[in-house]
Amino acid sequence: MSATNITHDSPTRGPAKPLPYVISGVLLAAAIIMPLVVPMYAKDGPRLFGFPFFYWYQMMWVPICAILIGISYWLLTAEDKRRRAAVRPEPGHHGRHDAGGEAK
Amino acid sequence: MSAALGNLTGVLAAAPTATRGINVTALVVVIVLFVLVGILGFYAARWRSGGTDGLHSLDEWGLGGRKFGSWITWFLLGGDLYTAYTFVAVPAAMWAAGSVSGFFAVPYTIVLYPIVFLLMARLWSVSKRHGFVTTADFVGGRYGSRPLTLAIALTGIIATMPYIALQLVGIKSVLTVLGVGNPGNWFLNDLPLIVAFVVLAVYTYTSGLRAPAMIAVVKDVLIYLAVIVAIIYLPSKFGGWEHIFGAAQEKMTTVNPATGKVPGPFIPGADSYAAYATLALGSAMALFMYPHSITGVLATKSRNTIRKNAAVLPLYSLVLGFLALLGYVAIAAGTHPVELNGKTINPQLVVPQLFLDNFPSWFAGVALAAIAVGALVPAAIMSIAAANLFTRNIYRDLFRKDATPRQEAKVSKLASLVVKFGALIFVIGLDASAAINMQLLGGIWILQTFPAIVAGLYTRWFHKWALFAGWAVGIVYGTWTAYSVVNPVTHAHFGGSIAAIPGTNTKVYIAVTAFVLNAVVALVVTLVLRALKVPDGKDITRASDYGADEDDPEVRAFAARSVDTPGPVI
Repeated sequence: MSATNITHDSPTRGPAKPLPYVISGVLLAAAIIMPLVVPMYAKDGPRLFGFPFFYWYQMMWVPICAILIGISYWLLTAEDKRRRAAVRPEPGHHGRHDAGGEAK
Repeated sequence: MSAALGNLTGVLAAAPTATRGINVTALVVVIVLFVLVGILGFYAARWRSGGTDGLHSLDEWGLGGRKFGSWITWFLLGGDLYTAYTFVAVPAAMWAAGSVSGFFAVPYTIVLYPIVFLLMARLWSVSKRHGFVTTADFVGGRYGSRPLTLAIALTGIIATMPYIALQLVGIKSVLTVLGVGNPGNWFLNDLPLIVAFVVLAVYTYTSGLRAPAMIAVVKDVLIYLAVIVAIIYLPSKFGGWEHIFGAAQEKMTTVNPATGKVPGPFIPGADSYAAYATLALGSAMALFMYPHSITGVLATKSRNTIRKNAAVLPLYSLVLGFLALLGYVAIAAGTHPVELNGKTINPQLVVPQLFLDNFPSWFAGVALAAIAVGALVPAAIMSIAAANLFTRNIYRDLFRKDATPRQEAKVSKLASLVVKFGALIFVIGLDASAAINMQLLGGIWILQTFPAIVAGLYTRWFHKWALFAGWAVGIVYGTWTAYSVVNPVTHAHFGGSIAAIPGTNTKVYIAVTAFVLNAVVALVVTLVLRALKVPDGKDITRASDYGADEDDPEVRAFAARSVDTPGPVI
């Protein structure tokens, strides 16, 4: 907090590359839209282990959604790290908490 | 979660059983686990305590020091979002009314996480930099509008109260199944609930958010244990899933002589596609507007903790899906969920009753304790979140602008007691269906804060008065429409959460129609006010705030000055 050369407008991240955001956007949009297209899965068959399609299809989207978000997480944290390094080149910020005026 | 439960309260019928007895073994197990959890709650005050300052600030008491890592956050948010009421009400809805009012919880908790992933990292960053504790803090910083901030804060507080009340309803259903209580005497009847409430109130007061964070771990171990055992054992006992779905399908397609209708859809027909999808989407959009979800988000250590959690929290949704299906298992098992008087059928008792009927008493005790403890975690977080809103956005903003962190913590602790006490009176004084109706309204109301909060995370385009107008229109329309839904059995108002879009026959979740209206009003009024050049509020946030991480310097020291020009928006 005592650092005087940090202002409101000091950038925390460099410019973004669009590709990771576009891919993540598509994956997340799929995870939102697919479970909501009810006419596609509101039917009884084919059954799986006795579960009507309506029930197993929706439950199947739980792990799929987790995987899609996992990929997005991986893409965006890598991009975040790169953008951050672009404005704060010094390494070694692995502190468990932020003490405010830590950055230069 | 209870969005579609309004219609359940009408499902009451007579049944020929004697009065309930007390199941001693199960009751002892529940009491022992409850006491252990209470002790843990008190101990939590010392866990990662706030250094020399103790718990005397909102950051420490109300946000657990803002340093929960991925694991604790997983348990905390899991315990926060999947409440006792979920575990009781979703299977109850499946048991009584079939898939549309119950199983929508599955797509709801699927589409929830991409939405969280998209929104919450930005909210975390800007809140961390400015020391925001509530969404109303953020809206206040972003738009510089006292009425808008107050609208967001009051909506949050009022929507949370019945939600807490429903946690107590969850505890009550466990106690009823155990045979505790006395229908003839209101004080003895509610005494166990009052005791549970006092335990909750005292450890929340002393330990703040640390208590539910710790208890959430215990709750999850119990819940996962109970559900996994139930899912493996019960289907084999009742003839496999094929037979269970068969029994459910038969119930849902057999006309009930009392109402002249079928209980509900086994698989939704074309007339309920829109209702099913909007219930799922609207509930998902609303959930992270609730103060308690935001509290869980802001208590995390770093920007990415919440994104990582969005990828692993869906594990709970699988548990929820199977729990929902326990409602069908109970149909196949012929579970008879009956109140203490031995006559009134109450669907809310179906899962506790299923466990009690089909497992040894000690294991049923573990499962019932899981539900009861599962109520303590969210109830604690909700009361903390509502108290923080009161402290920050009513006490400090309106009455004591120079409040010190210590004063804030003190006010918040007291407010959390008041909020919980209000919820208790709610449950004891009014009946459960009033709490359900209020919760239904709460869901509609809280979604009306979405435009101000979420649009604000990405753009400063909307005018503060336009957002206020949109909020007001959404609240009025939503309340009026929900009031107009009449329960076909009891003829009571607030009979459900589904209504036709005006001018059409398409039935959808009322919260979503109100939200669309809200957004359109906000858009149109912004265009008008911009054209008229009506002055807008000051924005103390800057573009760089929205991507800040834990290693970036905070800007609280700057927030007070240099606010003349709003920052660029990315």
